[in-house]
Amino acid sequence: MADEIKTVETDVLVIGAGGAGMRAAISVNDAGLKVVMVTKSLLGKAHTVMAEGGIAAALGNVDPQDNWTVHYGDIIEEGVYISDWRMAEFLGKEAPERVLELERYGALFDRTPDGRIMQRAFGAHTYRRLAHVGDRTGLELIKTLEDQVLHRDITFYDEMYITNLLTKDGKIIGAFGIKMTTGEFFVFKSKATVIATGGSGRVYKVTSNSWESTGDGIGMAYRAGVKLRDMEMIQFHPTGMVYPPGVKGLLVTEGVRGEGGILLNSKGERFMLKYSPQKKELDARDVVARANYKEITEGRGTEHGGVYLDITHKSPDYIKHKLPAMYQQFLEFAGVDITKEKMEVAPTVHYMMGGIEVEAETERTNIENLFAAGEVASGLHGANRLGGNSLADILVFGKRAGDAASNYARSASLTDVPKEFIDREISYVKGFFKEDAKNPYDLIDRLTSCMSDNVGIVRDADHLKKAIEIIDGLKNEFREVGTKGMIRYNHGLLGCLELSNMLISCEAITHCALMREESRGAHTRSDFPKKDKNWKKNIITYLGADGKMTYEVQPVDPMPKEYEQYVKPEVYE
Amino acid sequence: MSNDIDIKVFRFDPENDKEPKYVDYKVPYVDGMVVLDAVRYVEEKIDPTISIRWNCKAGKCGSCSAEINGHPSLMCKTRVDEIGKNITVAPMAAFPLVKDLVTDISKNWEIARKIPLLTPREGLEKPWRINPKDVERSKEFKRCIECFLCMDVCHVVREHFTPYFGPRHIVKAASWDMHPLDGLDRSKMLNDEGGMGYCNITKCCTEVCPEHIKITDNAIIQEKERAVDRKYDPIAMVIKNRRKKEKVM
Repeated sequence: MADEIKTVETDVLVIGAGGAGMRAAISVNDAGLKVVMVTKSLLGKAHTVMAEGGIAAALGNVDPQDNWTVHYGDIIEEGVYISDWRMAEFLGKEAPERVLELERYGALFDRTPDGRIMQRAFGAHTYRRLAHVGDRTGLELIKTLEDQVLHRDITFYDEMYITNLLTKDGKIIGAFGIKMTTGEFFVFKSKATVIATGGSGRVYKVTSNSWESTGDGIGMAYRAGVKLRDMEMIQFHPTGMVYPPGVKGLLVTEGVRGEGGILLNSKGERFMLKYSPQKKELDARDVVARANYKEITEGRGTEHGGVYLDITHKSPDYIKHKLPAMYQQFLEFAGVDITKEKMEVAPTVHYMMGGIEVEAETERTNIENLFAAGEVASGLHGANRLGGNSLADILVFGKRAGDAASNYARSASLTDVPKEFIDREISYVKGFFKEDAKNPYDLIDRLTSCMSDNVGIVRDADHLKKAIEIIDGLKNEFREVGTKGMIRYNHGLLGCLELSNMLISCEAITHCALMREESRGAHTRSDFPKKDKNWKKNIITYLGADGKMTYEVQPVDPMPKEYEQYVKPEVYE
Repeated sequence: MSNDIDIKVFRFDPENDKEPKYVDYKVPYVDGMVVLDAVRYVEEKIDPTISIRWNCKAGKCGSCSAEINGHPSLMCKTRVDEIGKNITVAPMAAFPLVKDLVTDISKNWEIARKIPLLTPREGLEKPWRINPKDVERSKEFKRCIECFLCMDVCHVVREHFTPYFGPRHIVKAASWDMHPLDGLDRSKMLNDEGGMGYCNITKCCTEVCPEHIKITDNAIIQEKERAVDRKYDPIAMVIKNRRKKEKVM
């Protein structure tokens, strides 16, 4: 019997329903066009919900000297001069309005004594800049946007797993999906498509990322011929939980340090005074993460392999008011009362600066009707992302992507999806149902261990080459993975589909890390410990005509002369 | 604690199985593990066809709601060393079953669409100024992660076919009603359309809330009082009217 296929037609298809996806969908709705949004998880559960510390926006409410040019300078300097300067400009200029818009939608931020939006200090931001809702800013953001989605004419399909984008004549004509709760196949036909699927943090064993962050958007875009950029740039957050094992990697917000928390080694030394006498605990994430890593690997770590984070010098009331979620998290998961005891923390994989290469103004990829925004896209954060810039990123560039996709869709038309495209996707999915197949979770386990062991916070050629060998082996074994049972809500099947995407991210991350023979931002090579001016470049990755992953190095687009005054000149040793 | 834990998991595929059953699994105990760790062990090592829903594994997204030993809980926040090594996991009973531990919670979106969003009072100067103290009341309700455990435990939602919106949605409405700049009063619609009168304040919802929101005391009772004020209480109306006149003068 032929499979029943449901077809959905729309002007703009948005894949992903975190902050960027929902903000893009709202833009399309504002433009008066039909929008369909699909998401792998339930509506309102996307990884955005995990964001804690705040949204960076130069509102100048607490430090009136702040403005977009200072924010711009911070992004370029901490991104170690390989960011897209135009994206940094847009973020600096537009983040304040996106925050105020969110407030008008119903978000309720913490306030200053005179009633304006409160802003807190965060690592390597020159001024106090992060608008926040305690330490649950992501929850407030996602619920506020979810309310907008529910009260507007926005159609959404949640628990819809997209297997592939459908490409014809160099354009995206839609996407193919499986509705997990029913097992039905869906064909989405769209005039323009926005990818907002988040990062690939789960390719590492120890990560702060949600289950769904398996780089599905990276995988589907790569297969469709989309260019990726700076894939080697993986952010390790300095402070993840280390104990108990079930929560290893879970994020401990930078807000703890923003509110005065200090880092100590097992000897009781405040070691950041040594690594960064000026900015101390509030230096950029790559600096603090490497310091924590060094203390641990040099034998000054804690019982469970971390360092101490201490905020007990603040009053219990202050801690519970400013960091309620952290108080609860440590009490419930670790049995630690952070108002009285020190926390144990260690670096955890947190964010991908790299991703789909986009044009700054419209977030358009190298395919004319495909757009990307949020963590899945690249360019803004360069070699290191500042805390709070990701929530600003998803709002600013989610909106821009939605606007640009709408503009495109307005004068475009739908294309029929050839039957063989659908047959190809169905046989791909059904091909995973087989006897005596390899368990995808065994492979995922080996892949994530390989990445954590060999492509971690400090890298070298030997380990990276070893990782490439392991990844190549797993790519071969991937042909034998499979599951049993039925399509409906089958995690074994999802594991197979996700693994195919995870392998693409891992291959790109590792190869680019091997190519970049220098240390810059989050990318640290013990065999090339210095920054190299010949590497003030971006690495582009794409699917070559020969079917192999292909790499190109391109120079960073120089910023206009008049913007140079906002940025400290780059210094090389 | 050491050794294995015995976990019984509800298994039922309404499309293919005649009746539901509980299947026993043995899972090795790891220090500090939560019930979700055990169920994921089953999924990854024993039977990948088991249907479960989870995402953040950090108590922040509200995806992994289930009934653990009969108690509506988040699987990711229920520590095995607190409940013992004999564990029974079943899906939420208040929602239609999809398969195994996964339920269809989409009726919540239909209800959510009925509750008017923030409707700012007219004439507010922008950007808005809000006293820091005024933020606190609504903030409690904004902690909600939409795990829908309060809906699951509510006997009105669970066992009776009434128009009652349910605790989560009263919390939502209260978050707007207590927003310092909101100009609406949703209590009447909660009563008329939302069947709030069916709630007999047994406080079960408050007990299961993983975010410790005082749902009954701070949201439902407040909204009920407002609704009663408006609808039935002539004395309250007289006092209110007098206050209004005094303000005008």
